[in-house]
Amino acid sequence: MTIALQPNIQEHLLATLALVSDPEIPVLTVLDLGVIREAIEENGVVRIKLTPTYSGCPAMDVIGDDLTAAFAKEGKKVEVELILSPAWSTDWISEDGLVKMEEYGIARPLSETADKEALLGNKKLVKCPQCGSTQTHMVSQFGSTACKALFQCDDCQEPFDYFKCLK
Amino acid sequence: MNEDLYNYILGIADNSLILGQRLGELCGHGPSLETDIAGTNISLDLIGQTRSYFQYAAKLAGDDRTEDDIAFLRLEKQYTNVLLVEQPNTHFGYVMARQYLFDVFHLLFLKELQGSKDETLAAIAKKGIKEVSYHKRFSGDWIKRLGDGTEESHAKIQEAIDDLWTYTDELFDSTAADAVMTAQGIGVDVSKLKDTYYKEVSDLLEEATLATPESKYFTRGGKKGTHSEHMGYLLSDLQYMQRTYPNMNW
Repeated sequence: MTIALQPNIQEHLLATLALVSDPEIPVLTVLDLGVIREAIEENGVVRIKLTPTYSGCPAMDVIGDDLTAAFAKEGKKVEVELILSPAWSTDWISEDGLVKMEEYGIARPLSETADKEALLGNKKLVKCPQCGSTQTHMVSQFGSTACKALFQCDDCQEPFDYFKCLK
Repeated sequence: MNEDLYNYILGIADNSLILGQRLGELCGHGPSLETDIAGTNISLDLIGQTRSYFQYAAKLAGDDRTEDDIAFLRLEKQYTNVLLVEQPNTHFGYVMARQYLFDVFHLLFLKELQGSKDETLAAIAKKGIKEVSYHKRFSGDWIKRLGDGTEESHAKIQEAIDDLWTYTDELFDSTAADAVMTAQGIGVDVSKLKDTYYKEVSDLLEEATLATPESKYFTRGGKKGTHSEHMGYLLSDLQYMQRTYPNMNW
């Protein structure tokens, strides 16, 4: 991650932002996910710039509502603006977030080249979040949400989600 | 309001909207769970892109128009999508052929649009490229699998490609708004994408053991608002709620 892509979030807003999680992956907060690009409070109004993971991601509307509700408890108003540039990347998910994601049962995104090899079925690289084996295969390039592909482990036989690399 | 820019945006977005609607029709009706989910995922991406375009267009319009008004309350002749995307889900081969023939164009188009002088369009394009790369990989894989599959799958996908081929040339037609926008460095000169498109498609068809159609007869009209009969049926589904219960909200 380059410095220019660091989100501009005021320190005192972090605690409240951390209360809002992704409705599809509840172990990840919006901060872990890296979708909050800016959060600045001025005269009791918190202005938040939110970027979608995928264009049609329905979680964005829910996240907007949840942010409004979270700050309303502190008597603050929220203005959410959806921004598209720069486009979200899986690189923006925090390391802490990646660990939580794996514990939750979703395999973390691989690097761009490894991701391509894995999704094309050329190499077995995606690690099963249940047993740790890399003897896995892709069941479907599209999974339960836009950001995931469906995999199955050849060792423990468990199906699992793989968070696709997006750059 | 900048009419040309407004119309230009709608021209791009209508392709995504109508193809998204077509794929959405398959929700719960796909031939297998995986293809069903894939189809709706692609539909979701396309509708998401449409929303970004329409939100921008509504802002440009500067009146009380919303993205929903643009999507749901126009007349058939006011939609300017290409004929290809409105063609029905005849069978799975048609769904994949239509998808692939559009995806190849869509990706080439967005790669050019990301260099647009219009920052919003460039941002939507950059976002879309990441999504459409996945779409093309999926549809292209299926063309290969069906073409190089059984005798029956080969025959069916060849038939779909042959039938839909007539709609490909329209992708490269330039409308009045296109010409103005291209001259200003905002739009994409689609005619320049044509050679790359046909080369890429025929290479994949060859890999899929399929023949590239030789027909030089092409059907066009969607970009000018003259649609095929299928469009009316599609719109009656798409617009049903807003026409029946005007201004209803979820």
